[in-house]
Amino acid sequence: MPKVTVDGQEIDAPEGATVLQACELAGKEIPRFCYHERLSIAGNCRMCLVEVKPGPPKPQASCALPATEGQEIRTDSEMVRAAREGVMEFLLINHPLDCPICDQGGECDLQDQSMYYGRGATRYHENKRAVTEKYMGPLIKTIMTRCIHCTRCVRFSEEIAGVDEIGALYRGEDMQITTYLEQAAQHELSANVIDLCPVGALTSRPYSFEARPWELKKTLSIDVSDAVGANIRLDSRGREVMRALPRINDDVNEEWLSDKARYQVDGLTRRRLDSVWMRAVSGERAGKLKQASWQDAFDAIVKAARQGGEGSIAAVAGDLVDCETMFAAKRLLAELGSDKLEGRQTGLDYDCSSLAGIAFNSTFAGIETADAILIVGSQVRHEAPLINVRLRKAAKRGAKIFLIGPEWDTTFACEFLGEDAGLLHDLPGHVADAFKDAARPAIIVGPGGLAANALHPALVLASEWNLARDIDGEAWNGFNVIHTAAARMGAVMLGYAQKGGIKDVIDAAPAVLLSLGADSLDYSKFENSLKVYIGHHGDAGAHAADIILPAASYAEKDGTYVNTEGRVQFAEKAVFAPGDAREDWTILRALADAFGVTVGFDSFAQLQSAMIEAVPALGEEGLAPLGKLPKGKKTPKAKGAITYPIADPYLTNPIARASETMQRCSAELVHGEDLLEAAE
Amino acid sequence: MSLSDKDRIFTNLYGFQSAGLKAAQARGDWDDTKALLAKGQDAIIEDVKASGLRGRGGAGFPTGMKWSFMPKESKDGRPSFLVINADESEPGSCKDREIMRHDPHKLIEGALVAGFAMRARAAYIYIRGEYIREAEALQAAIDEAYDAGLIGKNACGSGYDYDVFLHRGAGAYICGEETALIESLEGKKGQPRLKPPFPAGAGLYGCPTTVNNVESIAVVPTILRRGPAWFDGFGREKNSGTKLFQISGHVEKPCVVEEEMSIPFRELIERHCGGIRGGWDNLLAVIPGGSSVPLVPAEQIMDTPMDFDGLKELGSGLGTAAVIVMDKSTDIVRAISRISYFYKHESCGQCTPCREGTGWMWRVMKRLETGDADIDEIDMLHTVTKQVEGHTICALGDAAAWPIQGLIRHFRPELERRIAERANTLQEAAE
Repeated sequence: MPKVTVDGQEIDAPEGATVLQACELAGKEIPRFCYHERLSIAGNCRMCLVEVKPGPPKPQASCALPATEGQEIRTDSEMVRAAREGVMEFLLINHPLDCPICDQGGECDLQDQSMYYGRGATRYHENKRAVTEKYMGPLIKTIMTRCIHCTRCVRFSEEIAGVDEIGALYRGEDMQITTYLEQAAQHELSANVIDLCPVGALTSRPYSFEARPWELKKTLSIDVSDAVGANIRLDSRGREVMRALPRINDDVNEEWLSDKARYQVDGLTRRRLDSVWMRAVSGERAGKLKQASWQDAFDAIVKAARQGGEGSIAAVAGDLVDCETMFAAKRLLAELGSDKLEGRQTGLDYDCSSLAGIAFNSTFAGIETADAILIVGSQVRHEAPLINVRLRKAAKRGAKIFLIGPEWDTTFACEFLGEDAGLLHDLPGHVADAFKDAARPAIIVGPGGLAANALHPALVLASEWNLARDIDGEAWNGFNVIHTAAARMGAVMLGYAQKGGIKDVIDAAPAVLLSLGADSLDYSKFENSLKVYIGHHGDAGAHAADIILPAASYAEKDGTYVNTEGRVQFAEKAVFAPGDAREDWTILRALADAFGVTVGFDSFAQLQSAMIEAVPALGEEGLAPLGKLPKGKKTPKAKGAITYPIADPYLTNPIARASETMQRCSAELVHGEDLLEAAE
Repeated sequence: MSLSDKDRIFTNLYGFQSAGLKAAQARGDWDDTKALLAKGQDAIIEDVKASGLRGRGGAGFPTGMKWSFMPKESKDGRPSFLVINADESEPGSCKDREIMRHDPHKLIEGALVAGFAMRARAAYIYIRGEYIREAEALQAAIDEAYDAGLIGKNACGSGYDYDVFLHRGAGAYICGEETALIESLEGKKGQPRLKPPFPAGAGLYGCPTTVNNVESIAVVPTILRRGPAWFDGFGREKNSGTKLFQISGHVEKPCVVEEEMSIPFRELIERHCGGIRGGWDNLLAVIPGGSSVPLVPAEQIMDTPMDFDGLKELGSGLGTAAVIVMDKSTDIVRAISRISYFYKHESCGQCTPCREGTGWMWRVMKRLETGDADIDEIDMLHTVTKQVEGHTICALGDAAAWPIQGLIRHFRPELERRIAERANTLQEAAE
């Protein structure tokens, strides 16, 4: 712990800290542009200059200078002030100063810092530099004249994303940041460079000229586009969510957000279900949907359910629903004498008897420290882009990573063993050896693996390799499952997992099928049921439904979500649902009245406490207790070629499918369509 | 006081003899190099330290001390490397070129001895891209040395394995900066690295590396053969040895010449260059160490000893000893403006002050050429140079600032005269 003095204040800097970090510990704010905690140190903006003794008689870049014993650091001297003002002046001479028309205005580092270090007037009377715009794809808008060459974007794509997409061309004052040959940035985390850009050079294309930061209401929420549960902030104006930004949570998403989570929000205003619809039974429009009243819809549901007899009702939870909705439906069904609850719409029926057996036990932060990882049937970049970032970190630290499944473009060093799930029973010698020697071994089973029956064989390997172990008094459990549905873990905790999967529900042939936003379900199997869709988008579920009850999306209701680690997180309501749409739980509560049963809650708070009483883990934010890792069964064996369920990573849920931005991304980045503008 | 022929290190500087191995051996190169190596690593470093050799690339850091920073043994299996900086791009400098095309074996032998002393596995010679014939000559010499078993496996029969590789640059001045050179050698964009870590800790491919100038390396075998005291006997204290001076500009006979350090400027010019064009009264100013050091006006430089400390006292520097002589026919403002353009063109663009400042300085200089500026702008230009100097990762910012500072320091009246003159002409035209 080197002892340093910062402006006369003595502090103990942590081992390996830089002078900048030491200054921050002392409560001194150091201006910076190029320095970023999660990227390598570039030291090129020269804004963080401080005076350090002992050292040369000139200001030092504090971001790159290690703090050493006995340093005397001054952040407030005349030399430091002059140096920073000098650098700021240089940054501004070729900056267009077009803040009034810049989307970064109001949240711009350059703007903020120029208030402290900027001169009142310019001394630069030459012509300013202009730089042509670069095409970086449908998400990133460039105004490169504003670029201050901090190279954060370059370092992000190289170090975090692991692709060489962005780089610098030319040199000196002609240096330009661009993608190679101006191709669109393809990476699934590419839009994070917008957050990283300290000025308005890289801004959000879909959000361009939409709003100013001070007009926006900021709501803390949880992303539902995958099962990572990234912490987000929804910025809304009036009834519209304008944008989603990542919140910092080192345990979950660090500081990043996938492009889908960030840009699917424009889908929240499109294809929305905003009134009650019923399929006409007779008349001219028989078989077609027509608008109806809530009362008519409820009457029809109650009538069908009564005709079917006691308990002839089932509920299927979709991928995006919150725990409260699922619990409300569960209560209602219980009152009606049914326990037919299922969440795994596509027909998977893996063993859900143990939570630890289907969770990401090592935690996302933990997988970074693993030294041998076997991935069974997961296209991680599509299924959980933020976990891929962690895997890349693990590989950079020297972890050996093996994959079973069709090859995909990983961003880390790895070895593909083959496509057949049967490999699990017959691993090559060097793989088994790597795991036997590993200190922190881990297995990751993805949805492709679950479909190929790989869960139990993987659990067998887990006990064979002793994946759950004690490392110097710290528990390590390297058995992991990646889910793709934000609702999955919550659904399992609430009992939405029949033993035989969705097949059990089909076999029961319920008179009424409550679909809680289930859009991947094969509704043709429920021909004789009254299909009631409670959801927010006019997607597959609504098309197949007999009755549509408009509900709220994740942005329009409070709710609890459990991510694939088993981490319970709470999201807040950002905006109101459109039209006649109601929050899901109120619909179910009203339906209970129509049935004349009591579900035991009249308000959201009552619903929540009832849910927490039933499943106490849901009451506490953070990792839920998952229990011990179960022993795997030796049979049936995993077999067959693994396939990945996600064909188009931009269009995986109804919100994304409704989003213009995601459609654009899909067309351009997945299907390779040229940008329309270019053709015109 | 001047260097006698018997004390010259570079005996074929002018190419009067062949550059080939046989001729080089006849001149004394590769003479029992095995015995030199047999002195042992530490003894060699001690000898170089005792000789007082200071780096010939411009900064003048003691060479022996630099070598002693290299690890004595590899704790983690990383090899060490010697990198020889032959990216001679400083305007005015042309000494390494002469060494490489006429006396390449001095360099290769030096590479072996120096590399052995610092326990390096190999030497990489990074040669300026424009030096095409020089690269050919040097490669031919390397091949000869390999064929003769002087380098490669069991170099000179010493039992030490040592390789020498030649790498050609692509024409960027900044790649002469040691860490940018390392980046470029690794195949990346030539941009200086942050220090620390210093190359001796993590340099080429993350391995301990020393970067030395061609001349610093090429003189080493001779120093070891003739003894450090011999070398230390030349020049003033702390400015030991002989040095290649490169005199260009308005002298009767521009030349590259090996001379004793600390030789007075007047003697250097009179003895080797046939005097100043038009006589000493016609001398305007001298840039004594390549384009990046401040100029020195005539009256100050005439009797100055040409060495690191003598020129430092004048607010300039020895640099690479590339002496650019300018007589009174020189448009001094235009000369410095051209140098400014060079630095603007060669800035790598990494650090803000240099990237933005070099362009700004050049543009103001361009206007000052014709006096198209305000009197205040001279002071403003001076503060801009101060804002660049010392605020960047590498020394290119300093190098861009110093010539202008020298100009303002010594020729401010000339700048003011031009501004006033232009203002008067405008005035007349308006009337």
